[in-house]
This record gives sequence, structure tokens and C-alpha cells, in this order.
Amino acid sequence: MEAAAAAAAGGGCGSGPPPLLLSEGEQQCYSELFARCAGAAGGGPGSGPPEAARVAPGTATAAAGPVADLFRASQLPAETLHQITELCGAKRVGYFGATQFYIALKLIAAAQSGLPVRIESIKCELPLPRFMMSKNDGEIRFGNPAELHGTKVQIPYLTTEKNSFKRMDDEDKQQETQSPTMSPLASPPSSPPHYQRVPLSHGYSKLRSSAEQMHPAPYEARQPLVQPEGSSSGGPGTKPLRHQASLIRSFSVERELQDNSSYPDEPWRITEEQREYYVNQFRSLQPDPSSFISGSVAKNFFTKSKLSIPELSYIWELSDADCDGALTLPEFCAAFHLIVARKNGYPLPEGLPPTLQPEYLQAAFPKPKWDCQLFDSYSESLPANQQPRDLNRMEKTSVKDMADLPVPTQDVTSDDKQALKSTINEALSKDVSEDPGRRKPFLSYSSTSIEEAMKRGEDPPTPPPRPQKTHSRASSLDLNKVFQPSVPATKSGLLPPPPALPPRPCPSQSEQVSEAELLPQLSRAPSQAVESSPAKKDVPYSQPPSKPIRRKFRPENQATENQEPSTAASGPASAATMKPHPTVQKQSSKQKKAIQTAIRKNKEANAVLARLNSELQQQLKEVHQERIALENQLEQLRPVTVL
Amino acid sequence: MAVCIAVIAKENYPLYIRSTPTENELKFHYMVHTSLDVVDEKISAMGKALVDQRELYLGLLYPTKDYKVMFRKLHNSYTVVMCNPFYNSGDRIQSSRAFDNMVTSMMIQVC
Repeated sequence: MEAAAAAAAGGGCGSGPPPLLLSEGEQQCYSELFARCAGAAGGGPGSGPPEAARVAPGTATAAAGPVADLFRASQLPAETLHQITELCGAKRVGYFGATQFYIALKLIAAAQSGLPVRIESIKCELPLPRFMMSKNDGEIRFGNPAELHGTKVQIPYLTTEKNSFKRMDDEDKQQETQSPTMSPLASPPSSPPHYQRVPLSHGYSKLRSSAEQMHPAPYEARQPLVQPEGSSSGGPGTKPLRHQASLIRSFSVERELQDNSSYPDEPWRITEEQREYYVNQFRSLQPDPSSFISGSVAKNFFTKSKLSIPELSYIWELSDADCDGALTLPEFCAAFHLIVARKNGYPLPEGLPPTLQPEYLQAAFPKPKWDCQLFDSYSESLPANQQPRDLNRMEKTSVKDMADLPVPTQDVTSDDKQALKSTINEALSKDVSEDPGRRKPFLSYSSTSIEEAMKRGEDPPTPPPRPQKTHSRASSLDLNKVFQPSVPATKSGLLPPPPALPPRPCPSQSEQVSEAELLPQLSRAPSQAVESSPAKKDVPYSQPPSKPIRRKFRPENQATENQEPSTAASGPASAATMKPHPTVQKQSSKQKKAIQTAIRKNKEANAVLARLNSELQQQLKEVHQERIALENQLEQLRPVTVL
Repeated sequence: MAVCIAVIAKENYPLYIRSTPTENELKFHYMVHTSLDVVDEKISAMGKALVDQRELYLGLLYPTKDYKVMFRKLHNSYTVVMCNPFYNSGDRIQSSRAFDNMVTSMMIQVC
């Protein structure tokens, strides 16, 4: 038996803290102390009613208060106690479970014996720890547990319950109904349903057989003890039996479970890690966390867990609380959790455990929590800034309505959903995959918002907004200018000046030439020649040359004009066509500027006109097509009417 | 209250049959089958809107209040079963404990 136990210990032990071997006396003492501490706390802190009921040693957590008192009673310096607390793992997991407590006690014993506070110290045999508090019935001294009883076994971990539970399964199925309350095993780790805890089962089988041989009787006695939910820890007499019967624990499992469980007492509680995992899976199936997964999608997904269809069907029945054929996030988590539990060997409960109820899940794990976790993990997402904002909105509203049933919360979140709808619906469906690519939906979900914004921003810059065809034609001056100038154009060959151009200043260099005379000037060019200024030379040119040419010279004229009464207009249509004589260099530079501006404006005008032209042509084509279509229709209708 | 409850599929085969064990079950099965004829008859007589037909289903053969309640419960349970994606239409309804429980509650309690 020892060999079996040791072998199991060796096989099951990972690289965690070494298994703690206690003698019978130590077992007794420790369990008593533990029960006291646990009992003093009324069943363990932070435990739900089911766990409080199962105060059987190894299942409850000792309250920090009594434990602290007890430690102080050991009369060790505070520093040592701190060390001990750390070493035993209580700080790591945040509570004093049986394992932690026992380790701590052993360490206290070691410290009291003068050994350094180390894990190694507890490997050797030690006297029992001594506590000075009256609560503990004075000094608790036991005989030197030098001899190692044949029942030397490992510290019973909280999970011993599970093992006994498993044995129940093997021995008789009667106990199955107890399973939900019985099984204190931490919720299975957050690995996918196909996670196999081989060492666990391996350890179980060996230890089970050993334990069976040892104490079948106390085991039987134990069951009724555990059964009544309201039972507090029994008398010390039964405890050792229970301990011995419920021995079996491999530290590796404990370690795993410590990592995974915040409430190791109950398999139906979802840990943070698991929750995160479930949420990720949910997102891979349905990017919007406040929406549903349809039945068929869920079916495909859960079928991968390789559970039988009836079982899956039953799990669905349990988890779909509102019976709508779809799974919301809490329902999904519950279903997933049940599947995981089932894969790990737990029989399915008769009803949905309270910790898996959607209301409970929504309240216990409000969105902010796992949003933050997700943000941490999705650090690479660009719009991380946006995400918190968006999801914070969701959080707030969902938290507000958390008190209500899931349905109302869904309504609330649907409001939020609307707010995010535009960003959500986009590229998410394409990213539905069950791989690490599941992160992408989340990323793209928020990144699309940025992309869209960018896209929207991009649009305007590219081609300049084209004037509406109708508008341009109807209201702009272009048409007028198109058609009107055609008349004068014939006369004067002047292309319609760009809309921006006011009447051209008189090309004449006379100071008194008004701009309004520009066009008429063309005809009056010769008369302009009358003007007397050196630049007048340009004037005579204006008449005969064509408009473009005149335009070309406009800037030149303008340059010359600048000298004279400078006009605001660029004066393109000035009559002056002769090359301005750069008699004065100032003039030339000014002319250059004028030329450049004129060129620019001409180009603009050209562009506008070209656009107009293309639009008109397009319209023409369309109209043609319409006409053709109408004619066809007419033809089709004609024979009918004729007949 | 009920001696025998049966859910018949569209193709006239039973999806679910349960009767009180004391009676001759076969007799019930026959009765169920013959009652299908009555149902068909009633359906063909009514060519109206779907809603009416549904009401009729509930009160078709036994328009008494009790049975209406029972039928309604049955229908609801059946709908829930259908919502389960793991239930394929046309399967026997054997996995749904909720349905079983509901039916049990409706059957005559014969000890």
C-alpha cells in the first residue's frame, strides 16, 4: 500500500511542491486544527452554501482570521509566519485550503524545531507544531510521530473528494446524484475539452485501490457524512477516518488545480481562466459578445468535443435557459463548462447548477473583467484605445441592468450593440475560425471602425468632388457661359472665360480703361489703339488675333497693366497681344507673375470645361440609351396593341 | 389525467409514445393511429389560416379546458425539444429529460 501510494505520488507528482507525508498523529492533529479554523469561519470564507455545507476536511478553506490566530499562537516571529504563509502557497492561491494549511502547520513544526523554513524541511519527520492558544485546548502535543504508520499517505487535497467520488462511481452508481454537491474538484482546467489528465486518473486508479484496501469501512461511513449538506465538520473521530479514506492526492493535480481554480470545491464553478477561454471561443463563433450563437453553429462546435449526441443534447437542455435555440454568452459558458466537466468524468447534473446559471455568470463575471483580460492579451490590436471605450460603454449599461434576468441584459447590450453595430458587422464573419486566429475578429471588429473612418476620410481628397451633373448643368453658370460665349465666340472667337474671371480689364494701357470694356474691347481693339501708352501696342493686336492668343497675351498685358491701373482681374482678355516690351525689368517680373497666375487660371478653366464636356457627353449617351430602350419597348408593345 | 401520450411525426410514425403500464399498450398504439385519421379529417375540413389550425390542434378532439392546458404544455415542451440543435427532426424523443418529466406529470399516476 505504501508502495502504491508512493508510486502514485511519484507518478502523479509534477515539479511542484513535494508531496507532504503525514503520519497518522499529524493527520489527526492537522485535521482537527483545520476543522477548527474552518469551522470558526462558519464554513470557510467566500464559499457558497454548497461548499460551506461540505465542511469535511479537505473541502473547506480555513478562514484567514482563525488561521492567523493559530499561527500567532505558535509563537513564531511574524517574519517566519509570513515566510510560512508564502511557502505553503496560501498567498499564491489566496486562501488556506487544506493543503496549504497542512503545509503551513508542518512548516510551523519545522520552524519550532529550529529548522529553516523551507519546503525541504517538511520532508522529514517533525514533532507536531505547538500552539499556545487556549482555543486549541492548550498545548497540543502529541507523541513523537517517529513511527510511520502504514497509512502514511499524502496530504489530502480538496480534490480527494473527487477521487472518492470516482470510487463511488466504480463501486455503485447510487452516489451519482450526489455528485454535484460532492465533487469539490476544481473546475477542470481551461484547456479544451479534449484535455486529458492522465496523471490524475493514473494516480487515482492506484491510490484508489490502495485506499480501498485500507479503509472500505470508513469510506462507507464517510459518505453519509458528506451527504447531508448541512453537516458541519464532524467530530474528530470521524475525521481521521475520512482523511485516511479520502487520502489520495497528487500534488501535481493540486498544483494544476490551484492554478486553475479559485474555488476548488466545486466543479461547477467557472474560473477566470476558463471563463476567458470560453469567451474567446465564443468570439470565434460569434464576434459580438452580446449576441447569440445559433443552434446549428453551437451544435457543430460542441460536436467536436466528441461527446455523444444524447449527452450533448442533454447539456444543451441544461444550458439553454431561455429555450430559444440559441446560446448567449453566459449560456455558452455554462454549456462549455458542462462539456468540459463531462469530458473530465463528471456525470452531468440533474439541473443546472446555481453557479452556471446565466444570471449568476453575468453577475459573477461582469464584462469589464474579461474585457481587461482580453485587452491584455490582444495587445497588438491597434484600436486598443477604441476598444476600452466601446466596451466600457457596454459594461456600464450592462452593469446597470445586471440585476435583471439575462433577457433584459441582452436588451441593454443590444443597445450597445447598435452603437457598435457598424463596426461589428463588417469583416467579422470572415474571421470566424477556431484557431489563434480567433483573435482576429476582435481586432478587426475594432479595426474596421478605424479603417472605415480612414476610408471615409480618404474619399474626399482623391478626386475633387465633381459637381452634380444636374446641378452643374442646371444651376451653374457654366452652361450659360458655354452657350452664351458661343455667340460672342463666333464673333470674337473668345472662349468663355472661366467663371472666376470677372470682366477682363481693359488691355489698354490707358489708366482709364475699365474692365467692363474687355469684351467690347475686342471689337474696339482698333479704337484702343488710340490709347497712348507704350503698352498700347498690345491693343491693336487684340482684335485680329484669336482669343487664345489674346489670352496668352493677357498675362502679358496684365503685367503691363499692373503698372497702370492694376486691376483685380487677371485681365486675360486684354486686347494687347503684342509682346510686351520688357522695357522695365520690374514689369517683366510682374509680368511673369501675372503670366503664371493667368496660366493657372486658364488651366482651371480648361479643366472645368473638360469636365463639363465629359459629363455632358455621358449624359448624352445615357439619354441615347434611354431612348433606345423606350423605342424597343414601344416596338414590343406595338404588335400587342395592334392585335 | 392522461393514460397515453403520443407525439406523432408528420410521416405518421410515433416520435414519442408513453402510456400507463397497466393497460395494454398495444391497444393505445392502435388508438393513437386511428386518431390520426380524425385529425386528418379535421384538418382537411378547415382550410383556413395557420393560426386557426394551431388553435384547433389544441382543442381539436377535446375542447375541454384541461386538455387544452395539457396540449399547450405538450406543445411548448415539444417546441423546446425542437430548439435543441442536437435533436434532429424525425428522431425519437428519448434524450430530453424535460420532456419526459413534463409527460410524467401529465400521466395518470398509477402506483
